[in-house]
Amino acid sequence: MNAVRKQRLILVISILVGLAIACGLMFYALRQNINLFFTPQQVMAGEAPLDTQMRVGGLVEEGSVVRDQQTLDVQFVLTDGKGSFTVHYQGILPDLFREGQGIVANGTLISTNRFEAEEVLAKHDETYMPPEVQDALEKAGHPGAKAVNSE
Amino acid sequence: MLGSPRYFYTFSSRVLPWLVPIAVLTLAAGLVWGLAFAPSDYQQGNSYRIIFIHVPASSGALMGYMALGVSGLVAVVWRMKMAEVMLKAIAPFGAALAAISLVTGALWGKPTWGTYWQWDARMTSMLILLFMYVGVIALQAVIRDPRQAARAAGLLAMVGVINVVIVKYSVEWVQTLHQGSTLKMFGESTIDPAMKYPLLLSMLGLWLLYAVNVLLRARTEVIWRERRSKWVNKLVKEDNR
Repeated sequence: MNAVRKQRLILVISILVGLAIACGLMFYALRQNINLFFTPQQVMAGEAPLDTQMRVGGLVEEGSVVRDQQTLDVQFVLTDGKGSFTVHYQGILPDLFREGQGIVANGTLISTNRFEAEEVLAKHDETYMPPEVQDALEKAGHPGAKAVNSE
Repeated sequence: MLGSPRYFYTFSSRVLPWLVPIAVLTLAAGLVWGLAFAPSDYQQGNSYRIIFIHVPASSGALMGYMALGVSGLVAVVWRMKMAEVMLKAIAPFGAALAAISLVTGALWGKPTWGTYWQWDARMTSMLILLFMYVGVIALQAVIRDPRQAARAAGLLAMVGVINVVIVKYSVEWVQTLHQGSTLKMFGESTIDPAMKYPLLLSMLGLWLLYAVNVLLRARTEVIWRERRSKWVNKLVKEDNR
């Protein structure tokens, strides 16, 4: 490689390495803010701010969904196995909202065990399979089978 | 050899008649299989079928940007003419794929998540990828001298490669609404084979179609850049006869 090209290559590589390090540091510094939501564990530990607009994410605890018969009020327990708290919501839930399903809720934390949600989003996992396969897995008691029918 | 514009032109003339039908047939087979014959999903029913467009488009946009970055490196350091041509040929289709990825993702997100858009790391970095593509295209359009344009756009293309890494790993490094990768390079994919094979076929088909598009654009660019050369003038005369 001739000297000019070598110089250019070194320059380009140093620019890229510098930028990559800068981005890495920025990413690291913003880590808390880049995360879309707080987990129940973080909420229990008091890491999440109270009375501020924020998101929480976790699994809807089995058998915890309570619907009001007259209104759209619903409440359920959000858990991640290491912590849990109650979420209150008024509105229509997405189709994929089920017990045992991962969700992300947007709203405010009133106290470490009560969250007022303004918006509830269902988080989808990366598993895709036909209904028959799911039935077969469920019958066989395979760990890959997920609880689908709730309510 | 492929570094010579003239050689590239004759070489691509021989490849294209084969590549075009293979690309179209592969993509058509993958899409028809996926959209019409593959089984529905246990949770999402039929709405999951947008995966057969969303995943090929997203992967094509990411791979295209990697190719753009490599072209940028070669164009800036070695000043190869064909790398400059490729820098111009790769960007438009990639930008279109990034846009398709964002739109199909939003359309799927509404029924599945309950929202069209969230500013999570995956979606935001994918939007930045679209902007990077548009930036590379725009930079080449505003600088009149094609060689200078290639150097500027090449540098931007290289810098953007960092963002490709962020798009790819955002779902693993931070918590996002977007789920992790279903298809895994190593280890078992979390998708039923009856859905996986049409998906892989659609992906391959779209990548081949991307290759066709790049070759066609590069040929046009080569002819334009070499318009004063003997071989192009000879080609034009033969064509007019």
